Amino acid sequence: MKKLSARRRHPLAALVVLLLALAATGGLYAAFAPAEKAQADTSAQSLAIDEGKKLFAVGCSSCHGLNGQGSSDGPSLVGVGSAAVDFQVGTGRMPAQQPGAQVPRKKVIYSQTEIDQLAAFVASLGPGPVVPKEEAYTPSTDPAVAGEEISKGGELFRTNCAQCHNFAGQGGALTNGKYAPSLEGVDPKHIYEAMQTGPQNMPSFPDTTMPEEQKRQIVAFVRHTTNDEPNPGGLTLGSLGPVTEGLFGWIFGLGLLIVVAIWVAAHTTKAKKS
Amino acid sequence: MSHDTSDNMPEAHDASHGAVATHGDPFADPGLPAHEPRRTDIDERAAKRAERQVSLLFIVSMLATIGFIASYVVFPIDEIVYIFPIGHVSSLNFALGLTLGVALFCIGAGAVHWARTLMSDHELPAERHPIEADDELRADVIEQFKTGAAESGFGRRKMLRNTLIGSMALVPLSGVVLLRDLGPLPEQKLAHTGWDKATPQNPIALVNMNTNKPMKAEDIIQGSLTFAKPEGLEEDAEDFQVQIAKDALMLVRIAPEDIKDNQSRELGFEGILAYSKICTHVGCPISLYEQQTHHALCPCHQSTFDLADGARVIFGPAGHPLPQLKITTDEQGYLVATGDFDEPVGPSYWERPR
Repeated sequence: MKKLSARRRHPLAALVVLLLALAATGGLYAAFAPAEKAQADTSAQSLAIDEGKKLFAVGCSSCHGLNGQGSSDGPSLVGVGSAAVDFQVGTGRMPAQQPGAQVPRKKVIYSQTEIDQLAAFVASLGPGPVVPKEEAYTPSTDPAVAGEEISKGGELFRTNCAQCHNFAGQGGALTNGKYAPSLEGVDPKHIYEAMQTGPQNMPSFPDTTMPEEQKRQIVAFVRHTTNDEPNPGGLTLGSLGPVTEGLFGWIFGLGLLIVVAIWVAAHTTKAKKS
Repeated sequence: MSHDTSDNMPEAHDASHGAVATHGDPFADPGLPAHEPRRTDIDERAAKRAERQVSLLFIVSMLATIGFIASYVVFPIDEIVYIFPIGHVSSLNFALGLTLGVALFCIGAGAVHWARTLMSDHELPAERHPIEADDELRADVIEQFKTGAAESGFGRRKMLRNTLIGSMALVPLSGVVLLRDLGPLPEQKLAHTGWDKATPQNPIALVNMNTNKPMKAEDIIQGSLTFAKPEGLEEDAEDFQVQIAKDALMLVRIAPEDIKDNQSRELGFEGILAYSKICTHVGCPISLYEQQTHHALCPCHQSTFDLADGARVIFGPAGHPLPQLKITTDEQGYLVATGDFDEPVGPSYWERPR
């Protein structure tokens, strides 16, 4: 006992006490915890929900509430479904960096397994759109069918999407600092999920008003127009239309002509004399 | 050259340097600097070389034009090649642009080079003269005018004068009459849309623009955006574009407690609101709908409408709210319109009722 009290001021003493206390609590919990709960359901789905709940408590609960019920800092997640989680976390939008008009795409910090677990937990809160199967958003590989898909998708895109995202999917401005992001390089799954769930201020396009097949056609068009389609004239200038092109013409085209005119005038024998 | 430069400075012409100039202009006219010949003026070999350079530029231009014609023939119209900083481009467009650019540039560069090296560059001063005529001439013209006015009797015969003014004032009216050739007046076409035949007994179904099928109320979920047209308007119809420019609808569903305008809530069905898609400023299709704020934005001039508040204009140049269509459901639950918009859709015009 004397030995122990002599070392009670040792710098590691607090750590030892803490470890002992934790071990004691854990041991007591294991001994007294209701056994039937631990044995209840060990199916993969419920394991995923449990894991997701833990991840949620760490990463999401400060804004969305411990049970996803929402708070003044974040909306309720009851009924948003797994597709919304897969989109928001899978594109790095969530967890949000800071509150503001727009939640931008950024580096993804969760692995796909963790995203699936989070999605499983949020889906357990209430029914909502589920993550689409791969064939739902994968454009056809048969060239004849693919061409038709792209063409139909283009029509649908111009009716439903082009007003915000620009006719070539390059994005555009909205009100009060919000904007519709560019669709360049976005995963087909995420394009599909965005249409299903309507992230942030984007309206949703549910299967009742835009059937699954039409969503796949739109994905095919977006992939084609932002990734594959060559530009016969070279420089696209962002495909942003006459404003960009006009600006380019004025600043670079006319600017270059002015520079040449100044150069010509500055290099005459007259100019050298004075 | 340094000698010339010092010659141009004012102090070289002003002996009393530093003192206040008392004899006339403190900034003496420096006059023209001495003409300095260019190398090509004195060295015949340099002149010959410049001549060859200009000719070379013109020859390059000729070759480039031939190259332009050749590439038009050689390159297939649909071939896409990768060219480093530009990316995937049409080989035909690239070749045509490059050769035509070189051809035009070389003509310009040759002409500039010619003017700078070989054309005469002797200074030719041209004196400036006052613009106004001298007093004698002016007095003569005024005298002639007065004589003419007196001889015509313009001031004395007032009836002549007044009828002349009248006839000259009326002549421009013939130009106004010619505006009639711009076409017949629109009459009531702007006031009516494809929805105007709808009545409670004979409703017109709202057809989804994507699926071309009528929609049930439960198909429209909160936060979604759907575009609709009247039943019977087919895309291959001859006047489809004319019709859809007035008939297009956007359907949104807002939680009934969030709708601030009572009249707007009554025109809708359980929170589903059907607004005209045509901006009331200059008639752009407007559907940049933000589902959280319920604002709809026009991409042309940023008119912003609050769809939760009867599409009130909250920003931008639009003069009045978007017209709203009264909708309900039929016995099978499909969304239908039971009347036309209560005001004309789209931008204002003179005869617009309000």
